[in-house]
Amino acid sequence: MKAQPADHPLNGLLRTERIPHIWCPGCGIGTAFSACLTALLNSGMDLTKTAMVSGIGCSGRAAGYVKLDSYHTTHGRAIPFATGMKLAKPELNLVVFSGDGDLFAIGGNHFIHGARRNVDLTVVCVNNFNYGMTGGQAAATTPTYAKTTTTPLGNPDTPFNLPLLAYAAGATFVARWTILHNRDLTRCLEEALAHRGFSFVEVLAPCPTGYGRRNREKPLDALHLYQEHAVIRNGASPIEVELDPKRAITLGTFVQIQRATCIDMYDKVCRPAVAL
Amino acid sequence: MTAKLWRTPLDAADIEVTRGVVHIVEERCKGCGYCIAFCPREVLELGAHYNAKGYHPPIAKRMEACVNCHYCEIICPDFAIFSVAAQS
Ligand code: SF4
Ligand code: SF4
Ligand code: SF4
Repeated sequence: MKAQPADHPLNGLLRTERIPHIWCPGCGIGTAFSACLTALLNSGMDLTKTAMVSGIGCSGRAAGYVKLDSYHTTHGRAIPFATGMKLAKPELNLVVFSGDGDLFAIGGNHFIHGARRNVDLTVVCVNNFNYGMTGGQAAATTPTYAKTTTTPLGNPDTPFNLPLLAYAAGATFVARWTILHNRDLTRCLEEALAHRGFSFVEVLAPCPTGYGRRNREKPLDALHLYQEHAVIRNGASPIEVELDPKRAITLGTFVQIQRATCIDMYDKVCRPAVAL
Repeated sequence: MTAKLWRTPLDAADIEVTRGVVHIVEERCKGCGYCIAFCPREVLELGAHYNAKGYHPPIAKRMEACVNCHYCEIICPDFAIFSVAAQS
């Protein structure tokens, strides 16, 4: 019954010479990345026409580990780079994989305009509630009262409700899962990849080094919090899915609608002869 | 197989339970323990030995209980563990 020496099933999509990766023990980015690779494999998409684009930060390192065309861009700018690639080569499938700091603080404006234009991208945001790479500073997603290096007494501010922000800005597919809900997450990512238009998937993942340490949350504690407080409500209004990590973590696909994409509209308005 | 059931299904004798073999890629593991904590069959435990990076990879102490559900594989952040169907 000794099985043949087998390879990890995702090795084909990994630059294995760069593994072990840089992420800390228990960092959830690796699990989110792994779910994303599985979804890409399952999607049936032409992976020779698929590129992963990342910004800066711990999550941004993903572009350096995937064995596909990939682009590690400047801080906050993954969406504009991906938009440019889509406009130049509409046949490309573009996956933006980055963190909350990158996509929603320095890159916040790019995010809202990508969503507004309904650019056909799949945006995966690993949300670990802080800036991990630079030393655990407060981010636009840090929960109120949480401790970070820049909020030692607790965060006085209100974090973004990312699904609501995405929906309000015009995203046509909006979902949230955690790394613990891995099978749902993977299925959701497959749907997001298949969706025509701007799709946004928020993935809650622990950052034990930056966030966990200061909030007395060991990696396993974070997963247990997800387990205890997760409520799955597909189709819930994004207004009602505000995160309260110690009380309510609403998960599911909240928005899935169709409207003309950026390229559809460009062709219709600017190239009417071509569109016919 | 010692599944905890509140009653034995009538067709228990006819159902073939899937069995798996779990592989651990020791040099990739960072000892986070996720696979150990969330394996539904308590197949894994933290090993006493170290890998090259100084982490304790898991060991399969009850390989015969593995049902090849792949959960250890998909929760692992480090591509360090996976299961395959056991050849019967
Ligand atoms: S600092 Fe945080 S987010 Fe960055 S690799 Fe470490 S645990 Fe992950
Ligand atoms: S495949 Fe499932 S049963 Fe087997 S070791 Fe992994 S988690 Fe446990
Ligand atoms: S989940 Fe992966 S990295 Fe963590 S202990 Fe298990 S094999 Fe090692």
